Amino acid sequence: MSGHQVAVSLRVFLFLFALFFLVPSADAAPLAKEICLSCHGVPGLEKTRDGKTVSLHVDGETFNRSVHGALGCATCHGDVTRIPHASELKRVDCSACHAAPAKDFVDSVHGKAYQKHLPDARGCSGCHGMHDILPVKNPDSRVYPLNLPRTCGNCHGDSELAKRHNIPVTNAYQLYMDSIHGRALTKSGLLVAANCSSCHGAHRILPALDPESSVNRRNVPATCGQCHAGVLKIFADSVHGAAAKAGNANAPVCNHCHTSHQIRRVEMESWKLDIVQECGSCHAESLRTYRDTFHGQVTALGFTRVARCSDCHGSHDILPASDPASSVSKEKIAVTCRKCHPSASASFAKYDPHADPRSKSRNPALYYFARFMTWLVGGVFVFFGVHTALWFGRTIIEKKRRGPNGTQRREGPGAPWSSAPNGEKRDG
Amino acid sequence: MAEYFLRFTLGQRILHGFLMAGFLGLVATGMPLRYADAPWAVWIAHALGGFRAMGIFHRFFALVLTGLFLTHLGQITHRAWVRRESGLFWGPNSIVPQPRDLREFYETIRWFFGRGSRPIFGRFTYWEKFDYWAVFWGMAIIGTSGYLLWFHSLFSRIFPGWIFNIAFLFHSDEALLAAGFIFTIHFFNSHLRPEKFPMDLVIFTGRVTAEELKRERPAEYAALAESGGLDALRAEPPEPWVWNVSRVIGTLGVAIGLLLFFLIVYAVLTGEGK
Repeated sequence: MSGHQVAVSLRVFLFLFALFFLVPSADAAPLAKEICLSCHGVPGLEKTRDGKTVSLHVDGETFNRSVHGALGCATCHGDVTRIPHASELKRVDCSACHAAPAKDFVDSVHGKAYQKHLPDARGCSGCHGMHDILPVKNPDSRVYPLNLPRTCGNCHGDSELAKRHNIPVTNAYQLYMDSIHGRALTKSGLLVAANCSSCHGAHRILPALDPESSVNRRNVPATCGQCHAGVLKIFADSVHGAAAKAGNANAPVCNHCHTSHQIRRVEMESWKLDIVQECGSCHAESLRTYRDTFHGQVTALGFTRVARCSDCHGSHDILPASDPASSVSKEKIAVTCRKCHPSASASFAKYDPHADPRSKSRNPALYYFARFMTWLVGGVFVFFGVHTALWFGRTIIEKKRRGPNGTQRREGPGAPWSSAPNGEKRDG
Repeated sequence: MAEYFLRFTLGQRILHGFLMAGFLGLVATGMPLRYADAPWAVWIAHALGGFRAMGIFHRFFALVLTGLFLTHLGQITHRAWVRRESGLFWGPNSIVPQPRDLREFYETIRWFFGRGSRPIFGRFTYWEKFDYWAVFWGMAIIGTSGYLLWFHSLFSRIFPGWIFNIAFLFHSDEALLAAGFIFTIHFFNSHLRPEKFPMDLVIFTGRVTAEELKRERPAEYAALAESGGLDALRAEPPEPWVWNVSRVIGTLGVAIGLLLFFLIVYAVLTGEGK
């Protein structure tokens, strides 16, 4: 114990001792805030609980400024009716006043961990703080929209913690901060930018696999649609939207293409290239055949000025080619080609942007030409490969037969490079 | 001082020079597209200034080759119909394949297995004729399909769009055949085989020694000696600077060609294999 701590303890002891005589031990009125702060207002007040040092200090001014400042201490710490009080107080129960959020919290993934007394689990105070709680709309509040990501990031930027609790996304905070939402929030200070709670909710955060969760695949379109209403409307009518709604577990919803936490601007070159791979993660055959065309090869080289999936198929409004309203239907394909090829005619549109030389049924002519080329290329290389190998073998044999003196270098300034050992001389 | 005879005219050597430059340029600016997944392809495309710049270079080299192809056809026409050269399309000095090539091929195979002596070759051997006609065929196929793809909007008025699928396949596969053939078989047959190693510079100097002519093309030498045509072909030995320039150009050509060949092989082995 340092001298300062001894001094503090001594002062506290003397004060408590004095209070014992001065304050009537009445059960009537709650203790005045000033009385509590006369001890707890002393910086450095602390004790040891389970081997850990716990601060017992409450900054009076901060508490007075907080949303609960007017309530005094005993409203929350109701088990303190007299001084000195018990050495261990009950956990503060916020639900006495905040019944609805508390009920939501109990259901949440955080509430379940809290009830299991997991060491990392935090109650209300984990996000809201304790004696310094401010209204949500106060820019200094920990849960003010611009501050919330940092608050959540205290735990969800810690990959070790994520591993301990099998949280699939180990660095949500870092990913989010680099995303279009994170930048809008932190760089532009947009209150309307999605923060953690916009998608996950606040008190009733459920794991994504829970069908009730706002980020469950069933609910993702509606969750994103809170802000992106126009896109949601278009998506709902698309082949993906309809399949997702019908409960098809393979149908993509917003986050399957856009990712969850690292959503990028769609104008970014890297996004434009990556999304092609993303489409291909389900549409593998289409990606393969696309990569065999000029469009696919140019994008593979890293350039985006040629047709990518969405340029022909659309993005949120994708419809099957069999649907006449689809941008790649027989009726509309030429119009779609004209977006880049202004003179494209119906005949032009007979080009197959997913031609497959291996498919006899889809591209019969191409199939046979491809066969022909394969045989031609293979035939020439096999024929001349063997020819060359035999030739090489023969010249080596001839050279050996002649011995080292058999080679005579030819004359003159110049000729050395073309001077041949007389290996080719006829045996006569 | 050795006796030299002219084998290739200056015009033919210049055309071969343009053919080399144009062909290497086309392979270097075209193969990155075919093997777009390979890191070197991405590197080349970016180093050249993007795929549009690469396309412009590709079309430039295509124009060079088209120009020399037409020039060559013009020369042939001139020799055949204006100068009325005989034996251009048939005979011992013609590059057109004929029955004696089959016989010489058969004899060569026997020689490979030690069952006979080398055939008495004339002005052009059968593999040299193959080299020539392979380039001729390649130019026609790759050139035609290339121009179809270049002017696709124009040609789409005449042909259905799927013609471009076929043109693209032909262009790409035939280009692979041409590049693979030139960078291995042609390089070996004409330069890298032990008798010629590291390089036969006749295509740059245009001249062969009497000794080499007698040894390599005895039939041609005999015919020339008999007809008295040798004197007309007698030439001064190449100047030292001609040798030096020839070595530099030849080495560069073979080196770039082999590099491109190994890049292609690397892409085929590491990629999905096309």
